[in-house]
Amino acid sequence: MSLLRTEKLKKHFGETRAVDGVDFTVNESEFLSLVGTNGAGKTTLVNLISAFLLPDSGRIFIGERDITHASVDERIRAGIARSFQLVNLFDDLSVLDNVALAIFAREGKTKRIFALAERDAAVTREASDLLGEFGLGGKSEGRAGGLAQGERKLLDVAVAYALRPKLLFLDEPTSGVSTRDKAQIMDTVSAVVRGGRITAVVIEHDMDVVFKYSDRVVVMHEGRFLADGPPEEIRQNSDVAKYLLGTDV
Amino acid sequence: MPAFAGTYQTQLLTYGLTLAIAALGFNLLLGYTGLLSFGHSAFLGTGAYAVALMMRYLGVSSLELFILGGVACSAALAALLGVVCVRHTRIFFAILTLALSQVLWTLAYKFFWITGGTDGLRVPFSKLTLLGGLVSFPGADAFPRFITSYYYYVLVLFCVCTALMWLIVHSPFGKTLQAIRDNETRARFLGVRIWRYRWLAFLVSGIFTGLAGILWVPLNGLVTPDVLYWPQSGKIVFFAVLGGFRNFTGPIVGAVIFNYLEVYAVAVTQYWQITLGVVLIALVTFLPAGIVGTAARLGAWLKRKRQASA
Repeated sequence: MSLLRTEKLKKHFGETRAVDGVDFTVNESEFLSLVGTNGAGKTTLVNLISAFLLPDSGRIFIGERDITHASVDERIRAGIARSFQLVNLFDDLSVLDNVALAIFAREGKTKRIFALAERDAAVTREASDLLGEFGLGGKSEGRAGGLAQGERKLLDVAVAYALRPKLLFLDEPTSGVSTRDKAQIMDTVSAVVRGGRITAVVIEHDMDVVFKYSDRVVVMHEGRFLADGPPEEIRQNSDVAKYLLGTDV
Repeated sequence: MPAFAGTYQTQLLTYGLTLAIAALGFNLLLGYTGLLSFGHSAFLGTGAYAVALMMRYLGVSSLELFILGGVACSAALAALLGVVCVRHTRIFFAILTLALSQVLWTLAYKFFWITGGTDGLRVPFSKLTLLGGLVSFPGADAFPRFITSYYYYVLVLFCVCTALMWLIVHSPFGKTLQAIRDNETRARFLGVRIWRYRWLAFLVSGIFTGLAGILWVPLNGLVTPDVLYWPQSGKIVFFAVLGGFRNFTGPIVGAVIFNYLEVYAVAVTQYWQITLGVVLIALVTFLPAGIVGTAARLGAWLKRKRQASA
């Protein structure tokens, strides 16, 4: 059953057709990888769906609800959350506070002005448990700005995950980290997301990561979809081999 | 304090405490929300003028009524200015707050038949009553008694304000403001409506600073348009820079020290502005974290050194 779909979604930047009439469907509980060369339109597509950008035309649905003109917070309430290509954290807050803040936001508690944040035992417990799941349990008291790059990537995902979305977009969660950290990040993210039965769309460049973790792979090229299918099928696709891998099948 | 420091020192410290309340309010915006206001004289002046106008035109003498009226006026002004200002950040926010505060200064200056113009409005302590009329200060020799009573009154309000602000900055709301300060985009993608939170911070900040103006004016005995003029906003920024705006106590310490610094600089030299200017340059150059921030860093460094040698 489809969780999200777009109809002829379009976004042009001058002559550049970043997203060019895309019909995109994400099914419930799948782990989908969105791949393509730089400039293929992957991040623009996610930016359109998450309301970071407004489309030139086309429509976006979550379930049967048209969210094309919905604001960021309306989309979050509809169940969409995202992480960013460049790590986006609250660097001067503690690691625990980064996650706790997402929980406060989800629970509608951020307006509480005459209550100590740390005294909210339920939120603190949930944040601690979540950090444990992401392997950051021992780092919760430190500043988020003091974490290593791999840990920052994990925390970035954890903050988005703490919103308990139906659909989680992860924009290059393994970029800029070592091969060893890459595997650790993807193992953790995959386990948590699948364990939480959350639908995930991951933008990724590393095809080994893509083929190992994905249920389905969508390949973009020049703002359009080049291929869409399970990893084995994509691996055998001659167009994908030509445009993305630069090889023949 | 009044028992061993004398009337003059008690008066100076009371001034310092009222300014510290303004600094607390100001720093909710600068230190915790990341918005630099150059227009907080507007709230200080609104509080002060509310007292003077209530005394002159309504015959009010109760400080509690002044607080109610002054806080209501400051809140109304902050709510209104906030709608305009918080849609912008950085230099645009700073300039907007500066410009709007100068509009108020011009109004106080030009509407002299109401505000007394440059002559200002007198707020004599002898007409003031505290605690619902239980404490009053009649007679020519009542000034020392007024200062002593007023010091304790302001001290209590300062403690309440400090506790309240501490609670606010450690609340989910305060954490949200800090999140907006650190990373507005990420906060937005957690579903936080940025303008709404900035507006609330602006409102709370304006109320605290307005309260400071209310408490300041009976000490000063007079309110003139100078209290609304931009150097007054500059002084509030100075408090935060002097003490350090990235920690809770910095602006409080900054306000109290600035008050002494200004009084003694004025007493020592007619070029007192130069003295304060040199202090500001030295601060920004050598102690960018301010007095409290630097002391905290030094303490942390000594702790690490001690742990390393143990």
